[in-house]
Amino acid sequence: MESSVDTNLATRPNDNLGRVVSLKPEGTVSTTKRIKRSFRQIRAEKVFRRTLIIVALVMVALVLGIMLTLVYESTLSIKSSGIGYLWGKTWDPVRDIFGAYPFILGTLLTSFLALFISIPFSFAVAVFLGEYYPEGWFSNLLKNTVELIAAVPSVIYGFWALAVLVPIVRSFESKIGVEPVGLGIFSSALILAVMIIPYAASLGRSMIHMVPSNLKEAAYSLGATRWEVIRAVIFPYTKSGLFAGVLLSLGRALGETMAVTMVIGNTSLIPKSIFAPGNTMASVIANEFTEADHPVYLSALIELGLVLFLVTVVINMIGKKMVSRFTNE
Amino acid sequence: MESTIVKSVDYNAYFGDNHVVKNVNIDIPRNNVIAVMGPSGCGKTTFLRGINRMHELIPGATAKGQILLNGEDVMEMHPIFVRLKIGMVFQRPNPFPNLSIYDNVIAGYKLNGIKLPKAEKDKIVEHSLTRVALWKEVKDSLTKKGSFLSGGQQQRLCIARAVAMEPEVLLFDEPTSALDPISTSTVEELFHELKKNYTLIIVTHNMQQAARVSDKTAFFYMGELVEYDETKQMFTNPKDTRTQNYITGRFS
Repeated sequence: MESSVDTNLATRPNDNLGRVVSLKPEGTVSTTKRIKRSFRQIRAEKVFRRTLIIVALVMVALVLGIMLTLVYESTLSIKSSGIGYLWGKTWDPVRDIFGAYPFILGTLLTSFLALFISIPFSFAVAVFLGEYYPEGWFSNLLKNTVELIAAVPSVIYGFWALAVLVPIVRSFESKIGVEPVGLGIFSSALILAVMIIPYAASLGRSMIHMVPSNLKEAAYSLGATRWEVIRAVIFPYTKSGLFAGVLLSLGRALGETMAVTMVIGNTSLIPKSIFAPGNTMASVIANEFTEADHPVYLSALIELGLVLFLVTVVINMIGKKMVSRFTNE
Repeated sequence: MESTIVKSVDYNAYFGDNHVVKNVNIDIPRNNVIAVMGPSGCGKTTFLRGINRMHELIPGATAKGQILLNGEDVMEMHPIFVRLKIGMVFQRPNPFPNLSIYDNVIAGYKLNGIKLPKAEKDKIVEHSLTRVALWKEVKDSLTKKGSFLSGGQQQRLCIARAVAMEPEVLLFDEPTSALDPISTSTVEELFHELKKNYTLIIVTHNMQQAARVSDKTAFFYMGELVEYDETKQMFTNPKDTRTQNYITGRFS
């Protein structure tokens, strides 16, 4: 009798819960059996939906929990240093003086410098893969290579930067007449720039790929060259996507810890130039967390984490807002 | 003045190995409206896109033969000059969504980096929009985005954009297939006006439209130009049985 049930369901696709009593003559399927089965389906549906809601709530709770933990754990430091923590220029754990300004400055300097260096590369890759050569073995190779950049563990970038990049930067520094340290803000920005290329590049590539061909053809039919099409049609059309990609890259740069820690020089002094050593919020936390031997010190480090958290949240929110403004236009 | 403006000589077009336009020879007289009709996949659009060398923008697309514009082979010219002399209007209205109505009309100048004084731009915009019977409707909203217009207005804006470049020939790829009947008749009326200054080549799969608007009609079938004649002659007394079958609706 099972087979007749199946055909019956198949011929009535709208009846997706199988709730309605069979239209077939009596005796083919027992009606109670079908009703029972449909109840089971409805129950499964409910369970599934509840699971989804719970998982979603867990995600929200996690992020909120992290933030609350950060706030709670840093109260000690907030009480002892006050709001001056943000622009205090001295970080001296021995005397319990905690000023985060050098690290906030270091984070912003390295991140924006890295962004500045990486944008031309990301956009070039995005335009090349999105418009010029969307297919073919070379574009596949390039695409996979660029995506691989994001997959390499950052400690490996740190090693490579120490072995290759730092000596190059050092000889460059001695040529232009600054103190040849090699380690410092500039080296960190360079390695960061490499690491963040894929984020803006792959988002930009998919946005450029999605530009309607009838708009491009309209421009071509008016005698535009390829570059003119890119400049006047593709860039304006994809600006929100390109911008979102840049923000993704920035978010990655702000939080990057390992590679930066290895090449930034780790000093708590305010960097005098972009070639000077410095420190970022993330690398201070990574370096000093195990050394934090008294509660205020530990709490000051956690407060640094809170500041980093808030900076990334604010930048993300600004980005979202700008993207939605671009898209609404 | 009945002189040839566009002439194709043994024109062939391919997508990879797929031979879509086969040995087309056609003479298109100046200041005429030419309808190109035929069933889907007959190569009529590909032929049209061959005239201003848009065909070759598609990866894998190639062409052989000659397309002569005033006796000069467009295959030998730089595609950009070809497209400045031969404008095009597409199936779906495609004004640039990020530009105002005003900027859409002079988009061709902007794209090509031609700087014009404001007075001259104003003149071109008014002239072009008047030509497409859109000036009265939009003259107070020139700074609004082109996408704010209705479909029929957008299509006329696209025609104005092509007209603004002062081409000699205008190509239309099923220009009314995305429009409602009223907008369609507005655009069709426009053809009669436009042919005073330009030569119009219109691809359509709407036979009534071909009969209504064109002076001459070309019938394409399976990539071949089956018949090319005065529209009246073609619809009343077709010479080829394939044309006859198509016109009487035996296939479409």
